[in-house]
Amino acid sequence: MRIELERRPGHSALFSVLSPFIALGLTVVAGAIMFTALDKNPIDALYSFFIEPLTEVWSLHELAIKAAPLILIAVGLSVCFRSNNWNIGAEGQFIIGGVTGSILPIMVHQWDSWLVLPVMLIMGMIGGAAYAAIPALLKTRFNTNEILSSLMLVYVAQLFLDWIVRGPWRNPEGFNFPESREFDVEAILPELLPASGRADLGIIFAVVATLLTWFMMRYMLRGFEVSVLGQSARAGRFAGFSANKMVFFAFLFSGALAGLAGISEVSGSIEQLQPVISPGYGFTAIIVAFLGRLNPLGIFAAGLILALTYLGGEAAQISIGLPDKIARVFQGLLLFFVLACDTLIHYRVRLKFVAHAEPAGEGA
Amino acid sequence: MELIVAVLLTVTTAATPLLLAAMGELVVERSGVLNLGVEGMIVVGAVVAFAMAQISGNPYLGALCGALAGCAFSLLFGFLSLTLVTNQVATGLALTILGLGLSGMIGENFVGQPGVQLEPIAIPLLSSLPLVGPLVFNQDIIFYLSILSVVGVSWFLFRTRIGLQLRAIGDSHGSAHALGISVIKTRYLAVMFGGVCAGLAGAQLSLVYTPQWVENMSAGRGWIALALVVFASWRPLRVLAGAYLFGAVTIGQLHAQALGFGIPSQFLSALPYLATIIVLVLISRNRRLTLMNTPASLGQSFVPDR
Repeated sequence: MRIELERRPGHSALFSVLSPFIALGLTVVAGAIMFTALDKNPIDALYSFFIEPLTEVWSLHELAIKAAPLILIAVGLSVCFRSNNWNIGAEGQFIIGGVTGSILPIMVHQWDSWLVLPVMLIMGMIGGAAYAAIPALLKTRFNTNEILSSLMLVYVAQLFLDWIVRGPWRNPEGFNFPESREFDVEAILPELLPASGRADLGIIFAVVATLLTWFMMRYMLRGFEVSVLGQSARAGRFAGFSANKMVFFAFLFSGALAGLAGISEVSGSIEQLQPVISPGYGFTAIIVAFLGRLNPLGIFAAGLILALTYLGGEAAQISIGLPDKIARVFQGLLLFFVLACDTLIHYRVRLKFVAHAEPAGEGA
Repeated sequence: MELIVAVLLTVTTAATPLLLAAMGELVVERSGVLNLGVEGMIVVGAVVAFAMAQISGNPYLGALCGALAGCAFSLLFGFLSLTLVTNQVATGLALTILGLGLSGMIGENFVGQPGVQLEPIAIPLLSSLPLVGPLVFNQDIIFYLSILSVVGVSWFLFRTRIGLQLRAIGDSHGSAHALGISVIKTRYLAVMFGGVCAGLAGAQLSLVYTPQWVENMSAGRGWIALALVVFASWRPLRVLAGAYLFGAVTIGQLHAQALGFGIPSQFLSALPYLATIIVLVLISRNRRLTLMNTPASLGQSFVPDR
């Protein structure tokens, strides 16, 4: 049996819409197989993974808390990926945003004013953007591969956070725990509906970022520039767009959003700095971006779905004793299926059953 | 003398996984495929090797299974990027994300268990040479394989017909296809070779370097290996030099941590990553040289016309 691809004349509108859903369906099937292999009832397991977290109000709040950083980061990454800039280091920009945003509540905690929070958020964005500027600068100035440089900076950021929390910013009254001081009230992101759960303003930031980015990509010259340069750098040059400026724009934009996500997470849900502040949001956001087909509105939905896998992982661990690592497996599988299904948009896939492959053939 | 040998031995241990993984990726990239899943294949190789060694008690069987697991995992990448022509960058990332998750799950029950180590094999006579003997001729099998891979890959790429074909595919898959070379099949084989090498590199981590299973124990080595290939401008001997340079940096910072010097350990731990960036900058600064060496169809999908 052989698989042959035949290019469609244009892209298939039907599959553009369907492919993420097919991918989700396949992931659920793969999940059922995996649960069966682990000796669990697949129906029960899938229920506690994907449905149970949605049945209670407080856990919907948790969903919003997990979805906010994913959406913020992924919306930024979509601009990067669309312009053909591969920022893989959002995890690092998230961490640095969390650190720079925390300068105020940790070092100048005596200052209590309503201004504290806005300044923190802006400093978080600046930190994330500045950290993302490094791979952009290296790419434009020295032609350095941005995938590798942005990824290496993730490890550096993780070590930097570890150092600052255990070293200079360790809470003097913290019984030597590796934690910073707890943030004062004015440095904490307010909760939306404190009566029913702990969701904070982060999800509102995500909504605003989604809408603004969607507007920019659809109605503004800048959005057009992103798409043109991403699809053909040559065509972009003829239109008078600067590829180098676009590299900076894409990295600064996604870095700022990742930084905002970082400080929102620190200020909204952790309320202090710890040696680890992210369960891999920066990497999961890559999956979110692709599942949302690099469209801000799609990304919003995709962010909720991937947030559900985090919650589902925790729920499945408690209710049926599955290892929580299974969430990461789900996320990886999902990205695989998304990419495979996207092939359907541009190609017809034909299965050929032939006894003899042609000599100048193509394997497997 | 003894001390120098001991230090240099740790350098070879740190360099071997980088060398193997980078050598595999070099062949993959020479065929025009960019597999960013090296990190994922390494970590899957590491956990499978550890688990099988633990279950069977035989580290050699473990290493073999690690290599096979890396290969099987690479086929997943191959199927998507070659047969279904998905974006290679995204598919490679998917492989890494899945690999890190899957290995965490497989390894859950093995965390903290003391491992089985691959013992060194002394080569008669040669191993009693001073300095060179213990360093080069009294090592574990994966070390020998890593050195063999340098020789083998150099010979294969530059001295065999199929090696020439592989390079031709990497430089212009359209022309190679027109000449009747089967592009997809060759690329599949290259990707599988990359998987075997990365799997073995992982096996080295969990059976030689630190004989135990720790989650995410690859610690970015797959990415450093990818950088090494660029650093080496796609030449096997330079990969060898680069891998040992990085091995030395890794070990150097560990010794510096032990000695203190008053530098926070986190800063020293960041050195290998920073060194990677610096080396990449230095090597890619010369655009003309990079352009000349990079396989021309690297990262581009190929759909045969018929």
